[in-house]
Amino acid sequence: MEATPLQLLWFILIGVLLVGYFVLDGFDLGVGILYPFLGKTEKEKALMRVSIGPVWDGNEVWLLTAGGALFAAFAPAYATSFSGFYLAIMLVLFALIVRAISIEFRHHDPAWAKLHDALFFVGSLVPALLFGVAVGNVIRGLPLDAYGNYTGGFFALLNPFSLLIGVVGLAQFILQGLVWLGVKAPTDSEVYARAKKLQTVFAPVVAALVVVASLATLFWAKLPMAGGLPLVLRWVGLALVLAGSVASLLFSKKGRDLAALIASSVNCVAMVIIFAASIYPNLIPATKGASITIASAGGSNTALLAMTIIACVGVPLVLLYHFVIYRAFRGRVTPEDLNY
Amino acid sequence: MGFLGNVAALSRFQFAMTVAFHFLFVPMSIGLGLILALTSRRYYKSRDPQDLAHLKLFVKIFAATFIVGVATGVTMEFAFGANWANYSRFVGDIFGAPLAAEALFAFFLESVFLGVLVFGQKRVSPKFYHASAWLVWAGSCLSALWIIIANSWMQTPAGFKIVGTGLASRAHITNFLAAAINHSTFQRYFHVVVALLAMGAFLAMAIAAYYYLKKKNLDFAKKTMRLGVVVGLIASLLMLPLGHLSAVQVADTQPEKLAAFEGHWNTGPMDMGILGWVDPANQQTHSVNVPVKGFIGLLTNLDTSTSFKGLSEIPAQDRPPLQATYQTYHFMVVLWGLMVVLAIAAFIMDRKDRIKDKKWAQKILIWAPLVPLAAIQCGWMAAEIGRQPWIVWKLQRTADAISPSVPASQIVITIALFIVVYLLIAIIYLRVVLGLIKKGPQPELAPAGAGPAEPAAAIADGSDGSDPEDGAGDGAGAAKEAN
Repeated sequence: MEATPLQLLWFILIGVLLVGYFVLDGFDLGVGILYPFLGKTEKEKALMRVSIGPVWDGNEVWLLTAGGALFAAFAPAYATSFSGFYLAIMLVLFALIVRAISIEFRHHDPAWAKLHDALFFVGSLVPALLFGVAVGNVIRGLPLDAYGNYTGGFFALLNPFSLLIGVVGLAQFILQGLVWLGVKAPTDSEVYARAKKLQTVFAPVVAALVVVASLATLFWAKLPMAGGLPLVLRWVGLALVLAGSVASLLFSKKGRDLAALIASSVNCVAMVIIFAASIYPNLIPATKGASITIASAGGSNTALLAMTIIACVGVPLVLLYHFVIYRAFRGRVTPEDLNY
Repeated sequence: MGFLGNVAALSRFQFAMTVAFHFLFVPMSIGLGLILALTSRRYYKSRDPQDLAHLKLFVKIFAATFIVGVATGVTMEFAFGANWANYSRFVGDIFGAPLAAEALFAFFLESVFLGVLVFGQKRVSPKFYHASAWLVWAGSCLSALWIIIANSWMQTPAGFKIVGTGLASRAHITNFLAAAINHSTFQRYFHVVVALLAMGAFLAMAIAAYYYLKKKNLDFAKKTMRLGVVVGLIASLLMLPLGHLSAVQVADTQPEKLAAFEGHWNTGPMDMGILGWVDPANQQTHSVNVPVKGFIGLLTNLDTSTSFKGLSEIPAQDRPPLQATYQTYHFMVVLWGLMVVLAIAAFIMDRKDRIKDKKWAQKILIWAPLVPLAAIQCGWMAAEIGRQPWIVWKLQRTADAISPSVPASQIVITIALFIVVYLLIAIIYLRVVLGLIKKGPQPELAPAGAGPAEPAAAIADGSDGSDPEDGAGDGAGAAKEAN
C-alpha cells in the first residue's frame, strides 16, 4: 500500500511541529533543568524564571498540537504509542503538570519556594529525558499484536539503546537552555557567565553523543532502514548536528548569542530529520507483527484535507502570535521585567 | 478481581476523576475571563491607577486558575491514546481534527496573550494590553467550542461512514462540517459557555462581598459587584432558553438519555420530576413532580400528550446508570433554580446599594460560587453518564474502547498518582488564590515617591547579592512588594 500525497504531507507536518516543540520548549525545559545549578541566589532564580515566563506555555502548545495532529492524521500510531508507553507517557504528563504549576505559582507562594523549585526541576528533567527514550524505542521497533497493540511490557522500554537516545535528547535540551540564557540573561550577570561556560562543554557533548548514537544504531537497531532519500537525509542530519554544535560554540565565543541559539536550534531540526528518516516509511516499526506505516495508519483523504485547510488558516496565525510575543519581550531580561 | 482488575472501570474512573478536576477550573477561568476583559475595558477608558490595580488582581487570579486548567487539560489529550487506544483507533479520523484545531486556534492564542497579560504590562502599549485581555478570553471560548464539537460528536455522531468490522472497524469522516456542526454542537456549546459566564460572575460577586465584609478595598468591591450582578443575572436567566434547547435536542436525538434523566419507565407522556429516587428493581421512580402532567412534552413540543420512549423498552445492557443520571440531572436543575434566585436578589439589592451593609447577604454571596460550580459539574456528569454505555452514541461501547496493552495494575498506579498530584495542586491553588484575594488589589506606588525606592533597589543591586542566605527572604519580599 502506497502512502497518499496528503499522508506524506502530514508525516512531514508532524515533523515540523516536533521541530517547533523541540526548538522552543527545548530551551525552556533546558532552563528548568539548569535552574538549580545556574540559579544560586533568589535573584538569579527569578531571572531564569522570567526569561521563559511569558513564552513557555505557548511553547508547550507545540507538543499538544503535534499530539492532536498525530491523533487526527495517524490515529493508530497515536493509540499504539501512547498506550504502549503508558507509564512513561503518564510520567511525562505528571511532570508537565507540576512544572506548569510551579512556574505559575512560585512567584505568589514564597513560603513554599523550595517545593516549587524542586517541581520545576523534576518537571523539566523527566520529559527532556523520556522523549528521547520514546524515540529510541520507536527507532528500535516494538513488538505488536494483530491489532497493533504493544506487547512488550514496561521494563523492555528501558533498553540501553533507547536510554542512550534519551541522553542525547537530554543533552540537546540542556544546550538549548544554555544558549537561550546566553540570549536572555544580562551580560553582566553570573547566570550569563555560567551559561556561556557550560556551552563550551555541552556543544561538543551533543556532537559526540550523536556520533555515538549513530554508531549504536548500526549495532542495536534491529530493523533495516530505508535507503535512497532517507539514507541521504540521515547523513545530512548527522552533518547538520555536527555543524550546528560547532557553529553554536563559535558564535557563542564571539558573543553572537542569538546566532548561537539559531545554530543550536539547527541541531533540533537535524535530530528530528534523523528520527523521521530512520523510521520512514513506518511510523512505528514492528519487531513482531506488522509495522504501522504512514500508509496503513494514515487518515482518509477527507479528514486530511480538512486538517490541511485547518493548518493553512491556523499556522500563519500561530506564527503571527509568536512574532508578536517574542517581539514584545525581545532583548535581555531587565530589572523592570523582574518587577512585572 | 472486581473494580481493581477491570481495565474499563479503572480507565473510566480515572478519566472521570481527572475531567471532574479539570472542569472545576475551566468554568472559573472562562467565566473570570469575561470579568477580566470588562475590568480591562474600565481601566482602558479611565486610566485610573485604582482600576489598573483591580485589573492586575484579576489577571493574577485568572492566570492561576487558567494555568491549572491548562495543566490538567493536557491529561485528556494524553488519555485518549493512553487509556482509550481502541476508541482512538475507531474515531481518530474524525475526533483528532477538533483536538488539533483546538491547539492551533485556541491554545496558542490563549497562552501567548496570557504571557502578555501577566508579564507585559510595562512592555506593551495600553491598547495592546487591553486587546490581550479580550484575546485571551476569546481564545478560551474558542477552546470550549472545539472541545464541545468533539464531545458532541460522541453524543450525536454525524458526517461519517463505518469502514471494516469488529475491532478493525473505523469511523471515516465523509463531511467535515456535518461532523463538526452535528445535531447537538450549538445547543450544547451555548448551554455550557453561558453557564461558565455565570460562574465567573458569581466569583466576582463573592470577592466583592468578601471586601464589603472586611470593609476594605471598597472601590473594588463596588465596581466589581456591579459588574458581577449584571453578568450573573443575564447569564443565569439565559440558561432558561438555552437549557430548553438542550432538552429539545436530547428528546430528539437521545431519547434513551432523556428517559434516564427523568426516570421515565413506561412509554407515554413524561412528567418532570423535581427531586426523587429511581427504583430499578420495581421499574418505578418515586418523585415530587411539577404539577402539570406530561410537562416535558409541553417543554419540548408544546403538547402535554407527547409520548416518550420509556426505560422498560430499552434492554438493561443499553441503559445508562440510572440513579447517577437521574440525580445529577435533577441536582443541576435545582441548583440552577437557586442560582436564578441568588442572581435576581443580588441584582435588586445592589441596585438599591444594600449589599454593602448587609452582613448576611455578604456571607451568602461569599459561598454562592459553589452553587454554579456544583450545577456545572452535575450538568456535565448528567450529559456524560447519560451517554453510557456508549462512548460514541450507539456506535462503540465504552467497555470496548479501552487500551488492550495497558494492564489494570498500571492504571491503579496512575490513579494513585493523580490523587496525590491533584490534591497537591488543589492545596497550592487555594493557598495562593485565597492569599491573593486577601491581599487585595495593590496600587503601584508612584515612581518618584520615597517609599517605593526599596523594592526597585532590592532588584537593581545586581549580582553582588551580598548575603546568599538572605537571598530567599529578600527576593520573596521584593516580589511581594512588587505585586
